[in-house]
Amino acid sequence: MKKTLALLLVLMLALPILALGENYAGTITIGIFEPASGDNAAGGKQETLGMYYANSLVGSVELGGKTYKLEVSEVDNQTSADKAPAAAQTLVSRNVNVVLGTYGSGASMAAAPIFEAAGIPAIGASCTNPGVTLGSPLYWRICYTDDFQGDVLANFAFNNLDVKVAYTLNMLGEDYGAGLVNYFTRAFEKLGGTVVADTFPEGTSDFTAYLQNAVNAGAGVIFSPSSTTYASLMLGQAKSMNLAIPFVAGDTWASSVILEAVQGSELKVYFSDFFDENDENASQVSKDFVTGFKAWLNANPQNLTNNGGNDIIAAVSALGYDAYMTAVEAIKATENGSKDQIAEVLPSVSYDGVTGMIVFDENGDAKKDIAYIKIADTQSLNYIFVTTTSIQ
Amino acid sequence: MKTKKQGLIIGFILLALLFVGLYILENTLSSSTMLLTILKKGVIYALIAVSMNLLNGFTGLFSLGQAGFMLIGAYTYAILTIPVGMRSMIYQYYDGGIVQFAMPALVGILCAGLLAAFFAFLVGLPVLRLKSDYLAIATLGFAEIIRAIIQYEGLGPLTNGSNLLRRFPTFQSVLYPFAAAAICIGVIVLLINSTYGRAFKAIRDDEVAAEAMGINLFFHKQLSFVMSSFFAGIGGALLAMYQGSIQAATFKSTMTYEILLIVVIGGMGSVTGSVIASFLFVASSEWWLRFLDNEMFIGSFHMPLLRSGFRMVVFSVIIMAVVLFYRRGIMGDKEFSPTRIRNRLLNRKAGRNA
Amino acid sequence: MNGFERLFPYILAGVSVGGQYALIAIGYTMVYGILRLINFAHGDIFTVAGFFIVYMSATMPLVVSIPMTIILTVLLGFAVERVAYKPLREAPRMSIMISAIGVSYLLQNLMWYVTGGLAKQYPVIPWLSNSVTILSSTTKIVTIVTPVLTVTLVLLLLQLINHTKTGMAMRAVSRDFETAKLMGIKIDRVISVSFIIGSFLAAVGSLLYFTNYPTVTPTVGAMPGLKAFVAAVFGGIGSIPGAVVGAFLIGISENLIKAFGYSTFSDAFTFALLIIILLVRPTGLFGEKTIDKV
Repeated sequence: MKKTLALLLVLMLALPILALGENYAGTITIGIFEPASGDNAAGGKQETLGMYYANSLVGSVELGGKTYKLEVSEVDNQTSADKAPAAAQTLVSRNVNVVLGTYGSGASMAAAPIFEAAGIPAIGASCTNPGVTLGSPLYWRICYTDDFQGDVLANFAFNNLDVKVAYTLNMLGEDYGAGLVNYFTRAFEKLGGTVVADTFPEGTSDFTAYLQNAVNAGAGVIFSPSSTTYASLMLGQAKSMNLAIPFVAGDTWASSVILEAVQGSELKVYFSDFFDENDENASQVSKDFVTGFKAWLNANPQNLTNNGGNDIIAAVSALGYDAYMTAVEAIKATENGSKDQIAEVLPSVSYDGVTGMIVFDENGDAKKDIAYIKIADTQSLNYIFVTTTSIQ
Repeated sequence: MKTKKQGLIIGFILLALLFVGLYILENTLSSSTMLLTILKKGVIYALIAVSMNLLNGFTGLFSLGQAGFMLIGAYTYAILTIPVGMRSMIYQYYDGGIVQFAMPALVGILCAGLLAAFFAFLVGLPVLRLKSDYLAIATLGFAEIIRAIIQYEGLGPLTNGSNLLRRFPTFQSVLYPFAAAAICIGVIVLLINSTYGRAFKAIRDDEVAAEAMGINLFFHKQLSFVMSSFFAGIGGALLAMYQGSIQAATFKSTMTYEILLIVVIGGMGSVTGSVIASFLFVASSEWWLRFLDNEMFIGSFHMPLLRSGFRMVVFSVIIMAVVLFYRRGIMGDKEFSPTRIRNRLLNRKAGRNA
Repeated sequence: MNGFERLFPYILAGVSVGGQYALIAIGYTMVYGILRLINFAHGDIFTVAGFFIVYMSATMPLVVSIPMTIILTVLLGFAVERVAYKPLREAPRMSIMISAIGVSYLLQNLMWYVTGGLAKQYPVIPWLSNSVTILSSTTKIVTIVTPVLTVTLVLLLLQLINHTKTGMAMRAVSRDFETAKLMGIKIDRVISVSFIIGSFLAAVGSLLYFTNYPTVTPTVGAMPGLKAFVAAVFGGIGSIPGAVVGAFLIGISENLIKAFGYSTFSDAFTFALLIIILLVRPTGLFGEKTIDKV
């Protein structure tokens, strides 16, 4: 009995030999490097949805008279810096020509050397930490960076909300939150405000102590960039505490999870976003994206589930879409879509996307200077647009 | 005596063959294959598993603090070896950080081991008195405390707080971790076969009897703990070199549980078992089962159940099966011995002829 | 605001979270007392109970899903014991511990797979989720209900252990496994009963916990599970009142640390407290001194 079981186990392990070493000829593979499990799975899935939608619109490209198929190849990096290298290596072994992603700057930074060593260019969609492109010649990004975001939010809190004391709360050990808080603090203190800083350890469910700390510090605003899981806990507890202090957060909170958490309450939750789906002055590209993406989501129940069970468009989906399209623009400018040629043409690519005009500077960052600040509507599942800000 | 020497010589020859084989593999396979990546991670985990086996399997001290010492080793290596020119970029929030020099990689690795061993010594002073299960929880607690301290914003100028440390020197060839691991594992094997090793096994089998026979319990327990953590620290430094970037948040207790699983699957008290099991573990979880994460169509039949996450479920089921049916592990407490294999082959032949 | 008023919300939160830790800690301490096994999977059974309700209440009314969840959780605990722990009873201590880690690993990965990594919202249980104001701090009713319910359940449990035949059997088995077997006590039944009670308490605990913190993710039970185990060791492993006292102490001190501004170290502090207690009183606050027979 034991021996047959052992034999079965070994056979099971041997099966995937069949799947090894596949190579796509006549196809240009676009690697999707996103988390599909773990703390940031929700955001990662929404970003991936944008890319898949773009792939459904543009599935092939013509280069020099020949038609190439554009295939996407997804790998799960679980947003952790230690799982990222192996996941990146998997993409490399699948011979992708360009990589899109990831959600979670830490994983991008961890994977960058692997992509660099293989010569594969990478386009980040929503990773906002400056460290992603700094020092990585083959990493580009189409979103704004955290120092811009921190500036914008600090100005908003100080000037628009007229707040002089801010309470910052981020997760201990998480680089996105720590970085954004750092930039926010610098900008806020430069404007003349004071910051009371606090951190919570991973796995915290009880935020009442932290919210109470904010009240005791006399804070006028709670700046809390965190993943949506913790956000929903924070907001739920703020709701039962009848907290009057408004929340301000970064782009991670641009998600339907936040909207659901504030329903029926008096909470004021502001966050920065990359685009606005209700903007009447939006370009035709944006409007087409909004209608097309919603239709695509509603057509497939699995897509709807991955989006959180509704068709509210998360900003990261728009970014995923734009990242894919930018990659396509780059591929179109090459001769045969090889990774070296893509890397060569990317610096000069310009694409008018859903989230604005995408043009890269010498660091690989997109020259984006507009952020949309929105507030979550407590009566219906919607965002209310507040203002656009740009910093000189 | 003759057979022991023969066994040793055969062992050396096999090791040399292994290195030659790796060298050939490295230069012939295309660099995008997963095999080399798996070999690198596998051998690093092998070193860490053997170091944990030294403590848990050979000395019988149930300690769950491995991840904490790996963390110390990894961070020590990174902090000491990041090139000075990169520091202001990496320590972007802390004005370049306190440490403004860079040591060569080998020195960094050695310091990693030494610092981990030093902390193990300090931790061992109060903790080694406790009985087995309490020891486990206490070491687990220390690992968490170490992690909280390293992530502390106040220590940012030294450790970069919650942010990644990267751009330290890494290795390219697969021979580097193999050589480092071989040397370390060799030292551990020598330790196990010495009088100290026999004392460890005596302590594992019966503490009271060992003490009655004159073995200084505290000294030997500390020795085992410190040696194990020294190699865990070196393993942590090698892991940092493999990953290219480290973040304290990933050195959670989950990592210790994974190493413990490897040690038990390989067989507590068997060095070769730990080595084999760690390669199997790393290969299965990172490579062989990845196809289960993607949707698969056989013809036009959409296989149900296959979506991301399924790989880890299958993997956990396999682990449970091994734990339930192969209780003593793959190798039990035996080691790989060329002489025994030769004897078995000869006996078989003799059996058939008779 | 005077000192006490300022600290009151933290103490209230601490009492509430301490009650939840207590319900989980009892499961740990009972199993350890009898089997000398740290049931690493207990925290995950607690989380699975949360997911059971989430999925069932999507199609069934709460009146049905709450009892169903409790039954399913109890069955799960019973099944885990039969499949993963019973075969290893004669095996060395380490194997059964590894089996517990393996079950925990399996349950976590199953949850990641089934939920697809998306956090689930816990259904709102009426009345428990309503707000109430005490001494100028507003909180949910469940915060008050938790410690009351915990203490009641513990008193009931102590009655069971001290005044029933099954309870006597459990005490006998935890005092001396071999002799109890020789005396004719049905070991399997005793062990199953303790797992059933432990899982029942975990299910009730999860109901109270997730009403307070309504986001359920596969790893949400890991930290509370670990802290509950620390509480059990702190109070003296094998002693149920000890586990409860330990849990409340840990819950309150954890929140007071946050009040004093050292929130970075709130988790580390819990472990530091544990280590200090283990050094000063190695068998915990209420633990029995075991005599090592040579």
